[in-house]
Amino acid sequence: MDELGVVIAFWILTVVTLGSALLIVLTRNIFHAVLSLIVSFLGIAGLYIILSADFIAVAQVLVYAGAVSVLMVFALMLTPREARDNAGNYLQLPGLALATVVGALVAVAAVTTDWQELEDDEGFDATSQLIGEALIDKWVLPFEVAAVLLLVAMIGAIMLVREDR
Amino acid sequence: MIALEHFYDARDLQNIVEAVTDGMNEQLAYVVAALLGCLAILGFVGVTAIINIWIERRLIARMQVRLGPNRVGPMGLLQPVADALKLIQKEVLVPRAGDRFIFLVAPLLVFIPPMFTFGVLPFGENMAFVDLDVAVLFVIAFSSITTLLIFMAAWSSNNKYALFGAMRVIAMLVSYEVPLVLAAMGPVIFAESMSLQDIVEFQKDNWTLLLLIQPLAFVIFMLSATAEINRSPFDLAEAESEIVAGYLTEFSGMKWGLFYAVELVNALTASGIAATLFLGGWWFFGLEEYVPGWMIVIGKIYLFYFVFMWFRGTLPRLRMDQLMSFAWKYLLPLALLNVLIAGVQSTLWARNDWDEAVAFPIFGLINVGLIGLLALAFGRLLASSMAEAPRRAHLGAQLGEIYRSPA
Repeated sequence: MDELGVVIAFWILTVVTLGSALLIVLTRNIFHAVLSLIVSFLGIAGLYIILSADFIAVAQVLVYAGAVSVLMVFALMLTPREARDNAGNYLQLPGLALATVVGALVAVAAVTTDWQELEDDEGFDATSQLIGEALIDKWVLPFEVAAVLLLVAMIGAIMLVREDR
Repeated sequence: MIALEHFYDARDLQNIVEAVTDGMNEQLAYVVAALLGCLAILGFVGVTAIINIWIERRLIARMQVRLGPNRVGPMGLLQPVADALKLIQKEVLVPRAGDRFIFLVAPLLVFIPPMFTFGVLPFGENMAFVDLDVAVLFVIAFSSITTLLIFMAAWSSNNKYALFGAMRVIAMLVSYEVPLVLAAMGPVIFAESMSLQDIVEFQKDNWTLLLLIQPLAFVIFMLSATAEINRSPFDLAEAESEIVAGYLTEFSGMKWGLFYAVELVNALTASGIAATLFLGGWWFFGLEEYVPGWMIVIGKIYLFYFVFMWFRGTLPRLRMDQLMSFAWKYLLPLALLNVLIAGVQSTLWARNDWDEAVAFPIFGLINVGLIGLLALAFGRLLASSMAEAPRRAHLGAQLGEIYRSPA
């Protein structure tokens, strides 16, 4: 596909992502905040698709919209009713400062990077095979370390909720 | 012959799409072709969902030695229409203390994941809406969103039974997703691709069905898929004898009807994925030369749909802790072992220059032997340690003590 469709899709996704991101902090209902966070995740997945990174896009949906959000929903369900409020708290100012710093960093990176225009309109190769080969070949040590870390976390969780003998 | 070639080709919809988009510029043609694809999927899903209401009710009635709906129209064929008319007329009640917006929007959103799945399902050689490179992962990713939509429905109801149902759904879907993914890994490892079209091509090129090479993966996939789509015997989320109707408790009228329809559509989607991964999709030993590919796919989908109905008609519902230990202690180790077996066999086949007509039957025989052995061994292992009654977990007991004695 050529320029026009991508541009339209980009702006729609940007509006959806940023709009729902704003809703996260503006809404008073914390359940609505979680839901808009998920919409924002999905919008970011759409942006990845525009960048031809289909594997990362699907992983974004699987990990963030599918798993992390379920975790948050669980946490929300176990929260006492009085605490289920998205009102301001003492972290408001530090949060604002942190967001400003992150935003400034991203802006500086975006301005100073020497972006390269893609010459042909062919797009990129499918990424999943490349990512798989990179994980098993070049980055096999970090990959295995991550696997061990996850195993340790899983065993820890099992130890915590072990049955009494 | 000429008329057949140019006028109407039933093998895929390419001729129709080409005829419609002829003469348009590239962008418009792209949009129109995409809309046609969407319409085809919506039409297929809508029509089959309505037909399936009748099929499922009649078939399960037959399995349970009843008659089923047989009054409206010939053989009760118009029963779905009558049901839909009744549901539309009924008042939709919205709980006053519930979350109105989410309550109204959840039954609509719950249709999205199965529709997305049909988007990547190949119905013929040139008849996939999108031939995605990561199609298997895509299907799994979007089916995991269903969890959230069911939770939305339950939370907005502001009803304790609905929340119990949602808790069960989340626990169940999160657990059964693991063996489901690992079972889907088997075909992916053999085909060396996550594209559903490539998996079908692999089965076509090697004149085999992955069901025969990977029987264990197939069994695990079917069991986990039954849990994923919330069908009996894993329909604890709406166990009417325990928690009224689970997350559907507060829904009435067409809102409830939409959830009911989604259940049928989800069964279709799961059958479609199983048919593509394990039964060769639009390919069936040269039959696709004479019969359109989509007919073969639909035939296979209904074969698996029949299996799902058979489960529903025969098996009693499981208890929650049995369900969990079944997923984590039985299916998960078996699925992990199966990934290992598939990896070893696939590597052996790729490294050595073996003839696929000899290698694959041997792999199949070995795997059939292994599935029996492993299932028996794990059954023995589990039977000795299976808890008779649900026991309280360690942390849960400690929390209970905290709550009992106010400090």
